[in-house]
This record gives sequence, C-alpha cells and structure tokens, in this order.
Amino acid sequence: MLLSAIIALTALAVIFGLLLGFAAVRFRVESDPILDKVDAVLPQTQCGQCGYPGCRPYAEAIASGEADINRCPPGGETVILALADLLGVDPKPLDEEVGEEKPRTVAVIDEQVCIGCTLCIQACPVDAILGAAKQMHTVIESECTGCDLCLPPCPVDCIEMVEIKPEPVTWRWPNPADNKEEP
Amino acid sequence: MSGVTRKLWRFPGGIHLEGHKAISTGQPIAEAAIPKELVIPLQQHIGAAAKPLVRVGDTVLKGQMIAQAEGQVSAPLHASSSGTVIAIEERAVPHPSGLNAPCIVIETDGHDTWCELTPHPEFKQLEPQELRNLIRDAGIVGLGGAGFPSFIKLNPGGHIAIDTLLLNGAECEPYISCDDMLMRERADEVIRGARIMRHALQARKCLIGIEDNKPEAIAALRQAVTGLGEKEIEIVVVPTLYPTGGEKQLIKVVTGREVPSQGLPLEVGIVVHNVATAATVYRAIERGEPLISRIVTITGEGAGKAQNMEVRIGTPIHTLLEQSGGSRGDYQLVMGGPMMGFALNSEALPTIKTTNCLLLATEADLPPRPAASPCIRCGECARICPAQLLPQQLYWHSRAKEFDKVQDYHLFDCIECGCCAFVCPSNLPLVQFYRYAKTEIWAQEREKRAADRARERHDFRAFRKEREKEEKAAKHKARAQAVKQESSEDSKKAAIQAAMERAKAKREQNDTAPQNTDNLTPEQQKMIAEVDARRAARVETGGGKEENEER
Repeated sequence: MLLSAIIALTALAVIFGLLLGFAAVRFRVESDPILDKVDAVLPQTQCGQCGYPGCRPYAEAIASGEADINRCPPGGETVILALADLLGVDPKPLDEEVGEEKPRTVAVIDEQVCIGCTLCIQACPVDAILGAAKQMHTVIESECTGCDLCLPPCPVDCIEMVEIKPEPVTWRWPNPADNKEEP
Repeated sequence: MSGVTRKLWRFPGGIHLEGHKAISTGQPIAEAAIPKELVIPLQQHIGAAAKPLVRVGDTVLKGQMIAQAEGQVSAPLHASSSGTVIAIEERAVPHPSGLNAPCIVIETDGHDTWCELTPHPEFKQLEPQELRNLIRDAGIVGLGGAGFPSFIKLNPGGHIAIDTLLLNGAECEPYISCDDMLMRERADEVIRGARIMRHALQARKCLIGIEDNKPEAIAALRQAVTGLGEKEIEIVVVPTLYPTGGEKQLIKVVTGREVPSQGLPLEVGIVVHNVATAATVYRAIERGEPLISRIVTITGEGAGKAQNMEVRIGTPIHTLLEQSGGSRGDYQLVMGGPMMGFALNSEALPTIKTTNCLLLATEADLPPRPAASPCIRCGECARICPAQLLPQQLYWHSRAKEFDKVQDYHLFDCIECGCCAFVCPSNLPLVQFYRYAKTEIWAQEREKRAADRARERHDFRAFRKEREKEEKAAKHKARAQAVKQESSEDSKKAAIQAAMERAKAKREQNDTAPQNTDNLTPEQQKMIAEVDARRAARVETGGGKEENEER
C-alpha cells in the first residue's frame, strides 16, 4: 500500500517535471514582457528628464522596481495612470524633482543664425535634424519629439522650442467634468 | 409605385421631436447674392486638406479648380464665383474648436463668369470608373453633414456587390429643411442624380427614404420618378422619428438589415448618400458644374426671415443674414440643428460644403440646460439609444477617463444624436462626454503612433551609431595593417625576393660556361683549369678575402 503510493507519487512527480521542463523550453519568453509593456506606455521622447538615458532604460528601471512611475514629465498624468494600471500600483502626482508637465513642443532652428556646426544633429536622439557641416540645419517637424536635447549644445542659441499649435483636425473637445460645479 | 406598401422595420429607441420645419418652408429657395469676398477653407471634408493650385493675385473663374485633392481620402475645391485670389492664409473656420485653418480668399468681380464646362449628358456611355473620377474632380462630398468624399462611397471595390443605393431624404433633425425644399423644387435633379449614382455603383435598385412629415417632397419625387419613367427607383415613406436620418437607422427602417458594430453599410450590400449629394452629382455629370453652392436653411426664432437659400461655398454668414431680414433679439448662432449642431462664435465665418443649416436659436428654440445633477441610474438613456448602446456606462467611463473601457462599450458606434441627453432627467451633458472621450482617444492614438515612430528612429540611431563605430574601427584596423605591411612584411618579402633573384642570377652566371673558350690553345686551357681549381679550393675553404685580394 505504502509502496504503491510512493510509486504513484514519484510517477506523477516525474511526469509533471517533464511537462514543466518541456513548457519552460517550448514557451520560453525572450525578453521581459513587462519591460516591453512599460516601454510601450512611455512617450519615447528620449529626453532623459527622468534621469535615465532614454525611455528604454527608464522602462528597465521601472520593470525592475528601481524607479518610481512618476518621473516622466512629457508623459504626465496620462502615462502615470497607464503605468499605475499596468503595474497594479497607486497613481501618484508627477515627481517635482524631474520637472512639470508642459504642452508638447517642437524645435525650430533660426536658419539665419545657424552656423552649421552639426552639434545639434549629434544630440538629437531621433535623428530629426537635417544638415551637414557648414550647411544650414533644419528640424524635421513631424519627427521632433520636443525633448530639448538640442538646445544646450547649440553654440549660437539659434534653436527655439515652439508650442504645437492646435489645428481643427487635432483639436480635442474639453472635458465637461472640468469646467463646472458638477456632481 | 405608390400602390404597393413596402414592409418597414423600426430601429430601437429614438424620440419624437417637434419639427419646427414649417418656419423655413414658407418661401421658395432664394438665391444668395455674390458676396464681396469668398473664404474657402482647404478642409471642408473628412480626410486630408486640399492643396492650393492658385497663387495670390491669380484671376479665377467660377467653377475653376483652385485646390486639388491630396491623398486617397480628400476632395478638390472650386471657385464659387469669378474674381481674384487675394490671400491664402489662416482664417477662422466653422468648427466647434473656433480655431483658424488655411483658406483661399477670393475677391469677387461680380461678373460670375463660368469657366469652360464639359457636360456628359449621356452618362450611360461612361464607365463607372470614369463617373467616379468625374464626381471626385467635381469636389463632391456628403452634403448631409459629415462631408465624406462621395466618390469613395461610389467605389466599393470589385469584391463587394452593392444591391441597393439608398438615398437619405429623411432629414429628421428639427428646424432643418434644406433637403425638403430641394426635393420639392428640384425633384427632377435628385432622381437624375440617383440614376447616375445607381449606374456608378451598378446597384440593382435605388430606394429613397423620406419621412412622412414632408408630403410635398414625397409628391414631387413620385412625379419626377413617373415623369422620367424610372422603374428601379422607389420612394419609401418612413414614419417621422428622430434619428431616422442616421445612416444605420435608415437602413434598418427601409431594408431591415443591420450594419455590424463599427462596420460600413456596404457590408450589408447598401450604400447611402444624401439626396442633396445626388442632385449635386447630376449637376456635376450632366451639366459639368462642380460643387460650388448648396442649399442652406436659415431658421430659428432669431432669424428675421426664415428661409432656404442657394449659397455659394465660402459666403460669409453675415451676408446671408442680411439678405434674410437680419436677426431678432438675443440668439445663439448654431451650425446644424438643435440636436447635433455646434455653436459658432462669429458671423464672419464662411459657409462650407457641410453647412446645412444656420440656426439663430433664441431661448425659446434652445432653452438653457438646467444645472446637471448626479446620475440616478434610471436607464432611460439606454432605452431610447438608437444605436443600442449603454449611454450610462459610456458616461461613467468617459468621466473616469477609462478610455479602453469606454471603447469596450462601443463608444465609436455612438452617432452623437443627443437622444440620451434629451431624455436625461439629471440633465447631464452626455454627448459632450462622448465627444470628449472620442477626441481624447484619437489624440492618444496619434501620440502612440508618434511614440512608435520615435522609438523606431531612436533604435535605428543607436544601431547606426554602433555600425558607424564598427566601420570606423574596421577602417582603422585596415589602415594600420596596410601601414605595417608596407613597412615590415611587404618590404621584407620584396627584399628577400630581390636577394633570391640576384643569387639565382649569380648562380646562373657561374654555371654558364665562358663564351670565348672555343679556339683556345692547350696552354690557355691549362691556365683556365688551374684557376678553376684554385677557385674551387677557395670556395671550399670559404675564404672571401683572398679572392678580393687576388682581384
């Protein structure tokens, strides 16, 4: 009686061990799925305001529990809420240390002043600046993330961050809950 | 046609509203005067804005194309009267945002001279594809309100068979009567347009849905159908119920078919166009005239004289009001009807292709909404929703900014008809919440796309930098090696080679017998032999010095 129980349990253990072993190999996940999900939520401005060199490193820090979820000023409340939802933690206000949520901007180069030094081109994290040595530079507006990283290297201060003007097509209806003393 | 009564269905929900249509149907359609200035926005339709074809200072003729369609979903624009282009700049446009957008401004010359037109009276000889291209080039968009480029809806693609063309003449929203007046006065044009559209779609039959509160229009259309001897066009009278004019609602009422959630009517074999669009198609094909004017209802208690007017696209609203007896008392200017329209903040705004009605709404027309109170969960909104949604859930989730949940409740099937807000006992601005949620979701989707592109570009930049580093390193290595080879290995090899060759040459010289040894005396022979023996002896002992000394 005892023997048969031992044999049965051993057999079960072996079967499940094999199954688990097979599953571990067969359904192996290459990268950390949480990391990719966190990265997908971040706005990809690659601005480094969070203190990490880009969105992916910040995502890695969040995924490993090293960084808090409220360190992304470009993402603002939307990203904090999405991250809180994703990670099952309580949302919290944006960390004041990293800056504040600002309207989206694009860099504009004053082409009359630009001396063609290429320093901003090297600084741009998304290759959104076009130009060559001693040639005028210009920003590809549609690709600019508004990260401000091109501002410090410019020796002649010819880059300005301009707020994106709302157009009828991109305009958003105001939140009715915002503007009245409603229930 | 009138003898047979067609079976009708009904859509869930809906409300009975007072029509207020008789205010503006008392007089015939008036012709609006040519304004001094026409302001034509580049975007009057769903899709991409048109691209200007003219420059400031250009003279344009009436009907001349001044901007071309840009991309797949877009529509061109035409000058609504002759004159000079005086500006291409940002001007305020009729849009709920009140924002500015690029417009072409034409100073009219008052002559109203047409450009050369190419009519196609024999449309049956044209291929459907040619018809669609002509309709696209005429700048025709849906005149019912949404402004979707019409040629796309006449181009369903080869694999989808369209059996029914359904013309929407329901005009269910209160106050608006532009389609009613059009059908009364230009029934012939509507039917001729329907004929062309049916040919373009190769549809088996054409139904025209019309609410039973428009007996004059029904009679006029029936007469036109009989007059033209059209057997495949049928007038379907439907009960008056808001919002029967909704595309999916009208399909349900007339055919009983249901368009799937987030789907298009063509999935059930139907294409719906507005009756005004049909009349415009007739003008574009058989007369060659592009879309440069439309009928606009001017109505409301605030209007001096409520009427319908044929208005050139781009005519400033105040000139229309001046021609219809000005205004009375305090009013709010609304574009569209009281249920689905939006407030305009200026009378200088131009009329556009989708301006069906200008409502000068006094407090009698649009009573101010009482302060909202909390939702009491009565469920009235769900009972009357014609799209069978749960407005209350949509409200809660929109309010909480839970945009994924609000989509789970099919927010994008909401047609913003306003029935839920109309019946809400708590006076909640429900539609405002849905509009807010929709634009927020679209903005998030745009941001997501931008973020994905930025990520891709950032990753590529990282890859490029890595690659450049590798290439640089490889180049350095190659150059260093080349230098090294030149200085050491190569030259060494060359030196060895040269030395070997020299040695070989020497050896060959040594092996070669002297040339002048043919006719030698024995004495000389002996001397040579002695020298050779001596040399051999020297080589054997390895002495080089003696040899040198000897030389």
